[in-house]
Amino acid sequence: MHFMLLFSRQGKLRLQKWYCAYPEKQKKKTTRELIATVLSRKAKMCSFLEWKDLKIVYKRYASLYFCCAIDSDDNELLTLEIIHRYVELLDKYFGSVCELDIIFNFEKAFFMLDELLLGGEIQETEQEERAEGHHGAGPAPGGGDASGLL
Amino acid sequence: MSRNPVHVNLAMQCIANIGSKDMAEAFGQEIPRLLVSADAIDVVKQSAALCLLRLFRTSPEVIPSGEWTSRIIHLLNDQHMGVVTAAVSLIEALVRHSSEEYRGCVSLAVSRLSRIVTSSYQDLQDYTYYFVPAPWLSVKLLRLLQNYPPPDDPGVRGRLNECLETILNKAQEPPKSKKVQHSNAKNAVLMEAISLIIHSDSEPQLLVRACNQLGQFLTHRETNLRYLALESMCLLATSEFSHEAVKKHQETVINALKTERDVSVRQRAVDLLYAMCDRTNAETIVQEMLNYLESADYSIREEMVLKVAILAEKYAMDYTWYVDVILNLIRIAGDYVSEEVWYRVIQIVVNREDVQGYAAKTVFEALQAPACHENMVKVGGYILGEFGNLIAGDARSAPAVQFKLLHSKYHLCSAPTRALLLSTYVKYINLFPEIKSQIQDVLHSDNNLRSADAELQQRASEYLSLSVHATTDVLATVLEEMPPFPERESSILAILKKKSGRIPDISKTPRAANPHASERPQGLGTSDTPTLLSTAGAAVQAPAAAAPTNTGLLVDVLGDLGGGGTSTAAAPPATNGAHPASPAGGDYGAAAAAVHDQQAAVKKFICKNNGVLFENDILQIGIKSEYRLNLGRVGIFFGNKTPMALTGFSTSVTLPDGLTNRLTVQAKPVDDNIDGGAQVQQTVNFELIEEYVGMPDLSVSFMYSGVQQKLHLKLPVTPNKFIEPTEMNSEAFFARWKNLSGPAQEAQKIFKAKLPMDASLGGRLAGFGMQLLEGVDPNPENFVCAGILHGRGVQVGSLLRLEPNKQAQMYRLTIRSSKEKTSQVLCDLLVDQF
Repeated sequence: MHFMLLFSRQGKLRLQKWYCAYPEKQKKKTTRELIATVLSRKAKMCSFLEWKDLKIVYKRYASLYFCCAIDSDDNELLTLEIIHRYVELLDKYFGSVCELDIIFNFEKAFFMLDELLLGGEIQETEQEERAEGHHGAGPAPGGGDASGLL
Repeated sequence: MSRNPVHVNLAMQCIANIGSKDMAEAFGQEIPRLLVSADAIDVVKQSAALCLLRLFRTSPEVIPSGEWTSRIIHLLNDQHMGVVTAAVSLIEALVRHSSEEYRGCVSLAVSRLSRIVTSSYQDLQDYTYYFVPAPWLSVKLLRLLQNYPPPDDPGVRGRLNECLETILNKAQEPPKSKKVQHSNAKNAVLMEAISLIIHSDSEPQLLVRACNQLGQFLTHRETNLRYLALESMCLLATSEFSHEAVKKHQETVINALKTERDVSVRQRAVDLLYAMCDRTNAETIVQEMLNYLESADYSIREEMVLKVAILAEKYAMDYTWYVDVILNLIRIAGDYVSEEVWYRVIQIVVNREDVQGYAAKTVFEALQAPACHENMVKVGGYILGEFGNLIAGDARSAPAVQFKLLHSKYHLCSAPTRALLLSTYVKYINLFPEIKSQIQDVLHSDNNLRSADAELQQRASEYLSLSVHATTDVLATVLEEMPPFPERESSILAILKKKSGRIPDISKTPRAANPHASERPQGLGTSDTPTLLSTAGAAVQAPAAAAPTNTGLLVDVLGDLGGGGTSTAAAPPATNGAHPASPAGGDYGAAAAAVHDQQAAVKKFICKNNGVLFENDILQIGIKSEYRLNLGRVGIFFGNKTPMALTGFSTSVTLPDGLTNRLTVQAKPVDDNIDGGAQVQQTVNFELIEEYVGMPDLSVSFMYSGVQQKLHLKLPVTPNKFIEPTEMNSEAFFARWKNLSGPAQEAQKIFKAKLPMDASLGGRLAGFGMQLLEGVDPNPENFVCAGILHGRGVQVGSLLRLEPNKQAQMYRLTIRSSKEKTSQVLCDLLVDQF
């Protein structure tokens, strides 16, 4: 995986994780372009699109878009499930996770992501172990509105 | 180093996230040790694997080799699934870097995969994801295997095929959950399995099953699956085993083109139609693509135009159809028709007399539309200027009418088009002297003679004085019809390739691999007349090399018009790109081209033993071979053509799958250094066991000025080399001939002559290895030969009879042998030689 972006329906970037080095300027440009492209797509359209020499796999959970860039020969469907697994992890940790949790506890969201993916490759696909790793690291803040991402 | 695993893990997380070069140097020793150490806990190993992967990507030299290789590979056997998952990612990256060293991972990966696939979802509790056992690990293992050809070991291969079959079977089971996650994970594994099947391209049954499975997905209600099915099918269409199966879904795909709401899915449908196109369905597919083009999204129009142009050219059974298609293209999507496309149609019209009249008539009609695209005016101007005389007999398209029609467009066009039209006008002066004064008026008008555009001004004044001063003879010479363009590859294909790397190479259609290809009805594309794409296979496979010819094209098409009759030298097609100075990136195309040339060259060796096998700017490879009974000795001479030494020179002669039990090979060592201008020789000994189809592979690799060069060639060692000639008289020959009358003992082919039917025929035939028997056949035109094929412990008597038919330029070749199959093998070899 080359990078992962989380952004809201309004086009606000909520989380970004880059697994390949890009100059800051290019990151900004990429982000801007991708947000515009993904947001302009309709709900029934397919979740994959070609973008330069990469493939973009995205999925919307409530008001939040999760968007990953993978190599063109990577498995698209499974990338969707990586996203899902991440959302499940967040949900498990925060308890009915919502966009606000990620805004206010972005560092926790990063920790979770690091547990799931290391250097852009899936590290641990098994759920219990990851979530447990971080319980006790701090109180799980319940917060935001009741409607979670899941 | 801390003993606390939490600390160690944290450190590795940090290293993996930063992953700088310094870190690679600092930790390159430690981390591999952690990875394979006996007392590290699983979580640490997991992180170590991925951390190492990250460092490896930063600087590939961190990976230790030697004994570490097998220790890393054996992580595939680790009990902890998480460790295996992380390790496979690392191993795949290593395999891509040095696949030979890690070949051992294939059998381990297969057995691991087999264990997962055959387990039920309850067995791997923690690693079951929505009722699918370990989808991530399965997908990664399947991807790892795609780095290698199908396993040689029949046991491993069988096991792998079983896995793939099980995965295909599971797709048919009812879903265990309604959740999308279940179906996604399951289909992710399935799609990866299909990728592997396509990659191996060796199990016809699996390929067809894969195709049927994808066919189901084509009508699935999930857009994602339809997208992926179209994409994978595109690859399936290029396999000879599944091409026909893919074609069954043509209707569905065309339908997708019409009804899909998502442009990216429609784009995939276009790609697939392009890939599945062949002679039988070209007309339908091209028509459908044209229909779609009228409403297609702007973003994909240009690519579609190129594709339509290529398909129309490649599969044209009839060039009037081709001309129609291209003119339609210009009419529908003129803005997206690039110059190369209309240059190409002009080249073809100029080179093919039978279509010129039709083309002139068609463009004349097309130009009558009140608004037509500038590209249409260009094509029309050019074609009418050359061949307008062919339709001038008809009062409706009399010279004056043609001229008026063209001139009515003149003022709406840009300067380059006007310049082209001026050239058309001056050609009209030659073709139709009766409208000379009208044309002179136009040339004389201030618009042209004093145009602000220097080119127009110059053309107008030069053409004008030419028409005033030159005699009709001079005019006729200067303004003569264009000579045919030199045949070359289509530059359109090169552009398409440049635009998108994922276009499957339709030049290697399944036909090419089909031994019966010569018996199929052939389109114009491969007949012996000057052809289009098909003869230029070399350049088609070498897009990089073909690209530079675009400029040459421009010179060809426009240069003659502007300057008059002198034919401009075409830029030589840059096929020999393996120039010493060319950067490593460019070499791919050149190598592909070179290999193609070599395939053609290697056929010549069927009837001769010595000659140059391969040559490029760096290396020349020559062959000298001797055969006695079932033994053969081939001397391969490698000549360094450059002044610099080639270092790290190594060669290997290997036998492809089908040959391993039929031929033995033993290669003597060769120097690993060739000084500038020097030549080294390598001797390779062969022994025939029994007859075979194919040739041994020769791989050569060396460093030239710091760049790794690799060549993959075929060594022309064919079964007929092991034939010893035998003399016999007419009586004996026909007695034996009658004895060998079993249907399996005889092979017969009827084929068209490619070379002149003259006295050289006998010489070529004698080179095949059999004794040419004089005065044996009652018909002196016929040739008969006899010989014995020597294998280890077997001797196969073979008789040959070649009957030429000079009127029809056809041959009938019959071979009879005492062993079944031998006849067929020999017959197939010899067919291409006449």
